[in-house]
Amino acid sequence: MDLHHQTIHELRNLLDKGEISSEELTQKVLSHIEQTEKQLHAFITITPELALEAAKRFDQSRQAGKKPGALAGIPLGIKDNFLTKGSRTTCGSKILGNYIAPYSGTSTQRLLDAGGVMVGKLNMDEFAMGSSNETSAFGEVHNPWDLELIPGGSSGGSAAAVAAGQCSAATGTDTGGSIRLPAALCNLVGMKPTYGRVSRYGVIAFASSLDQVGPLTKDVTDAALMLQVLAGHDPLDSTSLDVPVPHYAQSLVPDVKGWKIGIPKEYFVAGMDPEVEAAMLQAIKTLEGLGAQCGEVSLPHTDYGVPVYYILATAEASSNLARYDGIRYGYRNKEAKELISLYEKSRTEGFGDEVKRRIMLGTYVLSAGYYDAYYLKAQKARTLIRQDFTQVFKNYDVILTPVSPTAAWKLKEKTGDPLKMYLSDIFTINVNLAGLPGMSLPCGFTQGGLPIGMQLIGDSLQEEKLLRMGYAYEQATEWHKRRPKL
Amino acid sequence: MNYEPVIGLEVHAQLLTETKIFCACSTRFGSRPNENTCPVCLGLPGVLPVLNKKVVEYAIRAGLATHCAITRKSVFARKNYFYPDLPKGYQISQYELPICQKGWIEIEVGTQKKRIGITRIHLEEDAGKSLHEHPKTRQHGASWVDLNRAGVALIETVSEPDIRSAEETVAYLKKFRAILVSLGICDGNMEEGSLRCDVNISLRPVGTEKFGTRAELKNMNSFKHIEKALAYEINRQASLLDAGKTITQETRLWNDDLGVTESMRSKEEAFDYRYFPDPDLLPLVVSDTWITEIEKSLPELPDAMRDRLIRDYQLTPYDAAILTGSRDLSRFFEQSVQLYPEAKKVANWIINEFLRLIEGDESRIAGTKITPQHLAKTLQLVDAGTISGSVAKTVLQKIFESGGGPEAVIAREGLAQVSDTGALEAAIAEIIAANPDQVAKYKGGNEKLIGFFVGLVMKKTQGRGNPGLINKLLKDKLG
Repeated sequence: MDLHHQTIHELRNLLDKGEISSEELTQKVLSHIEQTEKQLHAFITITPELALEAAKRFDQSRQAGKKPGALAGIPLGIKDNFLTKGSRTTCGSKILGNYIAPYSGTSTQRLLDAGGVMVGKLNMDEFAMGSSNETSAFGEVHNPWDLELIPGGSSGGSAAAVAAGQCSAATGTDTGGSIRLPAALCNLVGMKPTYGRVSRYGVIAFASSLDQVGPLTKDVTDAALMLQVLAGHDPLDSTSLDVPVPHYAQSLVPDVKGWKIGIPKEYFVAGMDPEVEAAMLQAIKTLEGLGAQCGEVSLPHTDYGVPVYYILATAEASSNLARYDGIRYGYRNKEAKELISLYEKSRTEGFGDEVKRRIMLGTYVLSAGYYDAYYLKAQKARTLIRQDFTQVFKNYDVILTPVSPTAAWKLKEKTGDPLKMYLSDIFTINVNLAGLPGMSLPCGFTQGGLPIGMQLIGDSLQEEKLLRMGYAYEQATEWHKRRPKL
Repeated sequence: MNYEPVIGLEVHAQLLTETKIFCACSTRFGSRPNENTCPVCLGLPGVLPVLNKKVVEYAIRAGLATHCAITRKSVFARKNYFYPDLPKGYQISQYELPICQKGWIEIEVGTQKKRIGITRIHLEEDAGKSLHEHPKTRQHGASWVDLNRAGVALIETVSEPDIRSAEETVAYLKKFRAILVSLGICDGNMEEGSLRCDVNISLRPVGTEKFGTRAELKNMNSFKHIEKALAYEINRQASLLDAGKTITQETRLWNDDLGVTESMRSKEEAFDYRYFPDPDLLPLVVSDTWITEIEKSLPELPDAMRDRLIRDYQLTPYDAAILTGSRDLSRFFEQSVQLYPEAKKVANWIINEFLRLIEGDESRIAGTKITPQHLAKTLQLVDAGTISGSVAKTVLQKIFESGGGPEAVIAREGLAQVSDTGALEAAIAEIIAANPDQVAKYKGGNEKLIGFFVGLVMKKTQGRGNPGLINKLLKDKLG
C-alpha cells in the first residue's frame, strides 16, 4: 500500500525500523497533497517548509539515538480553528483571513511535542458552523470518495485529507457532530471525547459548553494513539477534567463477550436511508457474533436535541464571536468613519451568512424577555437529555446508533435549506449536550460505494470502552481498510 | 413640597491583587500602555479565563467585614456589550448568584448611628481605557485603547436604597473605603480610579413610602463631586416635580466645570446586556473551612477599632472616627500614644496639624517625613518649656518639609524658647515705652490688655519667648 495510505501505527513501525525516514515520508505526503489538493481543497494553508524542517529534526534525533515521541515524524493535519503559533489560523472565516496567532493551543502543542509533523491547516465550515463544509470562506471541500459530494462538516477538510492520504491523521472539533459526521461520510474513525477530556485552550470557541477536540484517524488503533497525546488536564482550561488519563492502547483488545449494547429506538426512525439502516443491522449482528448482547433502549427526550442545541449553541456563539469586531485584529472595513459603522460593516463583511444567522439567533434567545422562554428552558431540557443517557448506562456498556441518516450528499443539495442541513446532526447532537464520548467508525458502504458510519456512545470518561468495542468490531470487519481512489 | 431623597450606591473597588482576575498579568498602575497584557486579557481567539484564587479571598474578606452572607456556590456570567476597550465583547461578572449577599455597614452622621444595607457584592473584571484625541487637535481625531486595566479584579458593592442625604452618602462611602483599606484589599484611591462610585437618586414627598423615578449619576470620583452633584440633582428633581413634570429614568454625568449633571442615556437607550452563565468557568464553590480561615485572619475593623479607641483612650467618637479612617493613621496615633501617653493631646495634634500637613490624604502617611517619634518628642519639648505650642507647629512643618528630628530642627532654625529673663525684660521695657496709652488703660483696670502685651513680646522674640515667663514679667513691670 502507498505510504500515504498507511496508518500511524504502520508508519511508526517503518520509521522505527529505519525503513523510511520522516523526511521521505513528509516529502511523499507533500507531493501527494500537491497532486490531489486541486480536486479536494482540503487545506486552507499548507506549510511544507515547517513540515520538512520538523521531519528533519526528528530524523536527526532518531539517529542520535533519542527515544522518539509517540507521533515522531507522523504527518498531521490541523483543523484551522486550532491556533498555531507563527502560521495563519483563519477558522474558515474572512474575519480572521490573515490572522497569525502569537501562541499555540494546548492540544496542538501536545501533538507537536509528541513529534507530530504539521503539514498544514485544514479547511472547515466557518467558525465550525455547518455540516457540509460549504460555509467555509475559503471554498468548499470535496469528498474523496466522490468529488461531487460534500465530505461532511464542520471538520470536512480534516476528514477529506485523512481519507485521501494527505496526512496520516488530523485534529477536529466537535460541537454537535463535527468530528463524527465527516468521519462517517469519509470512512474514518472519529472520536469526540468526554467534555473536558481534552483542553480547549487555543481552540477558537464556537459553543464553549459543547466544543470538544478529538482526532480523525484511519482506524481505532490510531484513534487511541492520538487520544493518548491529546487527553489530560490543562490548568489553562477551567473546564478541563483533572482526572488521570488511562493507557488507551490497553483497551485495544478484541473481546467484548458479554458486553451489553443499547440500541435506542428513537434513533431508528422514518426518513433514514434503508441502506444505512441495513448497515446498522449488519453491524449489530457482527457484534452479537462477537458475544455482545444487544437490547432495545429508550432515550425519550431525543427529539428535543436539535432545538435545544440550536438555542444553546447559538447563544454561546453570539457571545464568543463578539470579539471579532475589527478593532484589534482581523478584518476591518476601511471606509467606516465612526465606531458603530466600523462594527457593523466589519462584521457584516467579515462573517458569512450561516455565522450571521446563528449570531442573530443566539442574540435573540438571550434578549431581555426571551431568556427564560428559550435559554433557560433549553438548559432544563439539556438536563433531561443527559439523564436519559445516565439511565441507560446503568445497565448498558455502550449505545450504538447511526452517525447520520444518510451517506454523503451532493454539494449545494442542502445549502438553501438551513433546517434540512441542521437535521443531518440529529444523531450526534445529543452526545454533545450530554457531554459524553462518542466515536464514529466505518460499518459499510452504499451500493454507490459511499461510506456509512456507526456511532458508539459511552458513559462519561468511558473512552476505553468505545475503543475496545471499536477495535473488536474492526478486527472482525474490513470496512476501515478501504481507501478512496483519486 | 418637601421631598426626601432616596439614595443607593454602586461602588466599584479595584482589588489589590498582584495579578489580574483571569490571567497572570501584573496589575501595576502606571506601566506603559498595553504593557501588562497577554492573549487572555487581550481577548485573542482561543483563550480561556482561569480564576485567581486571591481575588475570591479578597471578596470574601469584604463580605465578612460588611456582615454579608457568603454564597457557597456563586456563578460567573457574561455581560455582553460592544466597546473598543472591552476586548472580548463581554465582561465576565456575576449576575444571579453573587459571591456575597445581604449585609450592612454602620455609619455615623452627627451623633446618629445608622445601618445602610448591602444588597450584594459581586466579582467582575475591569475594562480597559479609551483615550480620545480631540478632533480639533488632529485632522482625524484618533482613539487609543490601553488594556493594562482590562482584567483587573473588581468588586462591585450595591447598597440598599437606605441613604437619605448627601452627608449620609459621603459617610457611607468613607466608612466603606476605610473598611476596604483596613482589610488591605483596595487602596481606596478615588483619583486613580481604584474606587469608583455610581449614585442612584430619586425623591419622594416626605412621609410617603413609594420610591420616585431615579436617575443614576455615573463615575463619581471624589467626595466633593458627590456632594455637589447630589445637591444639584436634588434641586433639579425637586423643581421638576414641583412644576408637575416627571423624572426621566436615565444615566447622568456630573460636569464639574459647569456645575451641572447632564443626561448621558435614557432607559430606552440602555443596553440589553444579555447576561448568561459563562460556560468557560465552573460555578465558584467556597468551603466553610475556607471562610472560617479567612474570618480568623481578618484584621481589626474600623468600627471595632473606633470603639476600642473611645474605650482605651477616652477619645470622643468624633476624634476616634477620624483616627480610624485609615490603617496608617490609626497606627500613627497608637504609636505616638505609646511614646506620649496623653491621648487626647496626641489626637488633637494629629487631627489639627498632621492631617493639615498631608492635606487630609491618608495615603501620604506612609511617605511622610514626620514619624510618631517626632510628634511625641515635639510634645515633650513643649512640656519641658523648650518651645512653645505655636513654635511646635512650625517645628512639625519644618520636619514635614525637610526632615530631621525636632531637636535638630529647633537648633538649625533657632527656634528654642527664650527663657532668659534679661533678654525678655529688655523687650518688655521697649514695649512698655512704645505703648504709653495701653499701659495707662491697663493700669486703669483693663487687665485684659495683658494679652495684647504678651502678643507684642512674642512678636518681638519671633514667637520664641516663653509665654508663662513673659506673663509673669509683664505683670511685675506693669504692677
